[in-house]
Amino acid sequence: MSAQPEPALLLSEEEEALRAAVRDLLTDHCDPAGVLTRSESADPHDVPLWKSLAHAMGLAGLLIPEALGGQGATHREVAVVLEELGRAVAPVPYLTSAVVATEALLACGAEDLLAELAAATTVAVLAVGLHVAPGGAVPGVRRENGALHGELTGVADATVADVLLVPADDGGLYAVRAADATVTRQTSLDLTRPVARVSLDGAPGRRLGDTEPAVRRALRAGAGLLASEQLGLADWLLTETVRYLAERKQFNRPVGGFQALKHRLARLWLEVAGLRAAARNAADALATGADTDVAVAVAQAHAARVAVHAAEEALQLHGGIGMTWEHPVHLYLKRAKADSIAYGTAGAHREALAELVDLRAP
Amino acid sequence: MTDAAELRRRTRALLDAHPPATTDRRDFLRARFDAGLAWVHYPQGLGGLGAPRSLQAVVDAELAAAGAPDNDPRRIGIGLGMAAPTILQYGTDEQRRRLLRPLWTGEEVWCQLFSEPGAGSDLAALGTRAVREGEDWIVNGQKVWTSSAHLARWAILIARTDPDVPKHRGITYFVCDMTDPGVEVRPLRQITGEAEFNEVFLTDVRIPDSRRLGAIGDGWRVAQTTLNNERVAIGGTPVPREGGMIGKVAATWRERPELRTHDLHQRLLGLWVEAEVARLTGVRLRQQLAAGQPGPEGAGMKLGFARLNQEISGLEVELLGEEGLLYDDWTLRRPELVDFTGRDAGYRYLRSKGNSIEGGTSEVLLNIVAERVLGLPAEPRTDKDVAWKDLAR
Repeated sequence: MSAQPEPALLLSEEEEALRAAVRDLLTDHCDPAGVLTRSESADPHDVPLWKSLAHAMGLAGLLIPEALGGQGATHREVAVVLEELGRAVAPVPYLTSAVVATEALLACGAEDLLAELAAATTVAVLAVGLHVAPGGAVPGVRRENGALHGELTGVADATVADVLLVPADDGGLYAVRAADATVTRQTSLDLTRPVARVSLDGAPGRRLGDTEPAVRRALRAGAGLLASEQLGLADWLLTETVRYLAERKQFNRPVGGFQALKHRLARLWLEVAGLRAAARNAADALATGADTDVAVAVAQAHAARVAVHAAEEALQLHGGIGMTWEHPVHLYLKRAKADSIAYGTAGAHREALAELVDLRAP
Repeated sequence: MTDAAELRRRTRALLDAHPPATTDRRDFLRARFDAGLAWVHYPQGLGGLGAPRSLQAVVDAELAAAGAPDNDPRRIGIGLGMAAPTILQYGTDEQRRRLLRPLWTGEEVWCQLFSEPGAGSDLAALGTRAVREGEDWIVNGQKVWTSSAHLARWAILIARTDPDVPKHRGITYFVCDMTDPGVEVRPLRQITGEAEFNEVFLTDVRIPDSRRLGAIGDGWRVAQTTLNNERVAIGGTPVPREGGMIGKVAATWRERPELRTHDLHQRLLGLWVEAEVARLTGVRLRQQLAAGQPGPEGAGMKLGFARLNQEISGLEVELLGEEGLLYDDWTLRRPELVDFTGRDAGYRYLRSKGNSIEGGTSEVLLNIVAERVLGLPAEPRTDKDVAWKDLAR
């Protein structure tokens, strides 16, 4: 194969500063106990935290050009934010609104909505099931006499959306005000990023552009950057498990001194180191546009296994406490497992790779 | 301070005085050493100029462009990577002057007499004895897994000089003359059929005390210099996508559609992804090193590559079906270098079994990651305060 341009896999000083700022905010305002309590309330989303991130820090507009009030930054900065949000399993619509919906709006050139998103006055969500992979089949609603009819399910973060980006059966992508739709939360595996049913019964919609290219672009960015969220999850799980096992004593010894457990954690560390490289590579490829499809598919073919493994190991190695509702490890397990389906399973991304790198099926 | 411009000037002067086209290879290498352009970070008079190590690339590029011969560094890796830094740090002036020049030019090949049949992962438990007799040491014992011993003029050797103290404290480090009549080298045939390595039997080998490196009983500390440099030497070089074993099996997959099955397809894609992730991990590690922030990932790279090499080559044998039943050549050969891609899949499958044993077993490396990277408690030590002679064996 031809030589690849070398991606930049380290964080710049500015990116490190961004990471520190986001981590500080989350440390102060998004502790696991608070996330757990909120997950049992009417809506698990942390609106005050979202306002701090999106409005006060201006992070909702990272991908939006400065001319529209955004930051004009790249996917690299977004990846830094997502890694920190993953570390905290923060219940905010960042990936869905500031990445996926934003990419769809950028593809359509929907400047007015982009300006609203950048100003953090609006949360937008792409009304496509969270499980759909880039290039996968996208169900649309019926368009009749200029109004939209139908039902879409598995739409992440729809309960906090102000605007839904809805694919219709005429191949168009429509902006629908949430007030004109019925959004019902579905009981979801992932407590911190619940999915919802969107019902349209003659809702007015404004055509933004063609669905296919917009959704493809949006889901590719979502898939590539989800790997950074998964990295954050896995890194928190590893760090927390190591901390606990160094402290927890049984048989008159710290449990973390038993070789069987040390080796499991060392292997997990190795997997997380690999995910860090793959996630950074995907973010860099999305930013530069070089080798993007392969970089995203590699990251997503790898990330789910690592994040889920980290969560499963964390639960097992915490012993009984890990099985309790009180301990936050289940929030991470549920997010990690849901993430393994989000924007396409590892298997779907491996299939994409088979075409991309010419390793075709029999 | 010697800067890049000064090094370029000196390199051109060397090339003018000794044009590669008309100069004997050995004479050129000697002249390069004497000009301080062998390893520029070494001291003046010992093949260097006390310049920053990073400037070596300037010299190497100028010499390569002029078509100058090199010292075939892969062939003399043990001398360059392990013996030389140890001699530089612990050797006497006389030892450095005598040994470093022919080591660097490759006129004298080096090998490493460390591992023993009874001291593998627990190297410090080694039992080869060195007993003082006047101005000499008399050495008896057996070493194993010694590459290049059959070609070597010299060896770095660690031996037990005091059995009555705990194991780490009774070891002394020597330079051993491989032409001594008490040194017997036998090829050690391995599962691939060939013999890359040797067993070395030491019977009343006489080593003058002037060939000791470092203080008596301080050999374990001296050996750390050698072993740390081994890890640096093993550290990754840039690999393109599909570099290494995955490229071989991917090429076969593309060229031989009749071999494909659905099961193999899923496994191949999984391993392709893992190989690419491992490659990216290496890219990131090198970028960290270049930015002056060496990361702990290096400790894990070897673990990952060992497992991947084994799984990929295992898949390749299976993919080949009937051909996978064959082997290219069981002849006892003595290869100087390991060639993973030059031979058949069966060879790769067998040779890669050694990847999780040589240079630190995967089990020991997992302990190192757990303890040094993750900070988990060390293994309980029952041997710390026990005299070597009283250890269980």
